[in-house]
Amino acid sequence: MSLRGKAAIVGAALAGCGEAHGKSAMEITVEAVHGALADAVVSLGDVDAIATCQPLDMLSGLTLAQELGLNPKFTMNNRTGGSSFLSHTLWAAMLLELRLADTVLICYGSNQRTASGKLMTALGLPTYEAPYKPMFPLSSYALAADRHMTQFGTTREQLADVAVAARAWAQKNPEAFIRDPLTREDVIASRLVSDPLRVRDCCLVTDGGGALVMRRAETAKDHPRPPVYLLGGGEGTTHRDISEVPDLTVTGAAQSGATAMKMAGVKPADIDVVQLYDAFTINVILFLEDLGFCKKGEGGAFVENGGIAPGGHLPVNTNGGGLSCVHPGMYGIFTLVEAVRQLRGDAGDRQIDGAELAMAHGNGGVLSSQVTNILGTESTL
Amino acid sequence: MAAITLDSEMTDMKNSPGPDAVFAAKLAEGVFEIQKCGACGAHVFHPRVICPTCGSADLGWVAPTARGTIYARTVVRRKPERGGDYNVVLVDLEEGVRMMSRVDGITHDEIAAGLKVRASIGEGADGGPAVVFRPERGAS
Ligand SMILES: [Zn+2]
Repeated sequence: MSLRGKAAIVGAALAGCGEAHGKSAMEITVEAVHGALADAVVSLGDVDAIATCQPLDMLSGLTLAQELGLNPKFTMNNRTGGSSFLSHTLWAAMLLELRLADTVLICYGSNQRTASGKLMTALGLPTYEAPYKPMFPLSSYALAADRHMTQFGTTREQLADVAVAARAWAQKNPEAFIRDPLTREDVIASRLVSDPLRVRDCCLVTDGGGALVMRRAETAKDHPRPPVYLLGGGEGTTHRDISEVPDLTVTGAAQSGATAMKMAGVKPADIDVVQLYDAFTINVILFLEDLGFCKKGEGGAFVENGGIAPGGHLPVNTNGGGLSCVHPGMYGIFTLVEAVRQLRGDAGDRQIDGAELAMAHGNGGVLSSQVTNILGTESTL
Repeated sequence: MAAITLDSEMTDMKNSPGPDAVFAAKLAEGVFEIQKCGACGAHVFHPRVICPTCGSADLGWVAPTARGTIYARTVVRRKPERGGDYNVVLVDLEEGVRMMSRVDGITHDEIAAGLKVRASIGEGADGGPAVVFRPERGAS
């Protein structure tokens, strides 16, 4: 039995992206839920399973049930960091296929920008890292970037080109938080924070939320918008703390991507549009390699000179990504919402013509959890 | 891989402090030791209850050679009035384990992957004892 094409996203929405003054994380979440239910034309009372993960509320699944007035059959609060929501879609597909639930809601929200102006996290420094005061999580990614540059000759310019591409996509997205022009020189001249990463290598700090409604494929066409089918999914967890990573240049995306693509029966060359969790510029290079879009060590050359920008050889992070569109702390759900928009043909100026097959990929912890989803239109079933 | 057996080590575990506490107590006495698996011979760091290679609970404490090689390095940039820049590194010990640390006695820009270093006990950010490294004398 395969989960390929058995469940579909029938509703999707964003809320509070950018700055949501005076709103709590859960209020932003519920606004996104309201939007996704309206998009799907599903009644709140029909939701019988919920999934969420919020940065500070360890029991956020329970809070969500309370806020929605639901008594769900399943409450999922799988905490793998920013990748959680791509894991939730897989659990949703399992519940739906086994007929343990009929309508699954997946959602997230955060007010980190207006509440604190910096990354809000319940995590402290790990015991064996704390004596050395690494910046969390920035120094973890800086170490990965340093090693990639040492081992493969990846350049400062190539890292910068990831941020430049994200900004070029953001300029096509009216909902993106920062749309000013950005050049390679701007990135390289920005403030050094933790070598080799500079301010413009780092994701934004914004508010924002997103929500998805999933149902079985057989009922997916009862909803007004084109269903987006979950064709494959996979996970990989290699460590929690960066000092424990087996190989700084290979992430769990190698496992999660291979698993997801095998389930979906697709290969990287088949994918029309890719959404990767770009917490830092190095992430995109690592994930493109590990997911098979290029060979290990060639990610820098792949992204160089507009390779993943509009008009490049692979459209990556068409909303502008966490680097330029939205990043409230756990970005994974935004990869899914942007994939849905591309596959529905709703992406406006940034629409990839004829997009039928999308990859959404989430990162959690410090390159620790990797979760890949392959999504497709009805034509890919 | 052999099946995990509940040997006498496990019985002993119940009444002794956990490996984190043992490591910290040794460090406080000026001793840097890591674990070695009695079943498969793998060295283990950070300290654990069972060997992540084979699952055995037969983990003893050994003194490492203290020789290591820088695997990756970053420099956290801080204004002088906030304490100035400092480095953070990942070091591969000769025993095959990796740890986060800091390299003293060298400029930040001279630290790079491949640099040979030697461990000693210095001071961590919280003022407590911490394993730190210096460049291996005579090596580059
Ligand atoms: Zn062992």
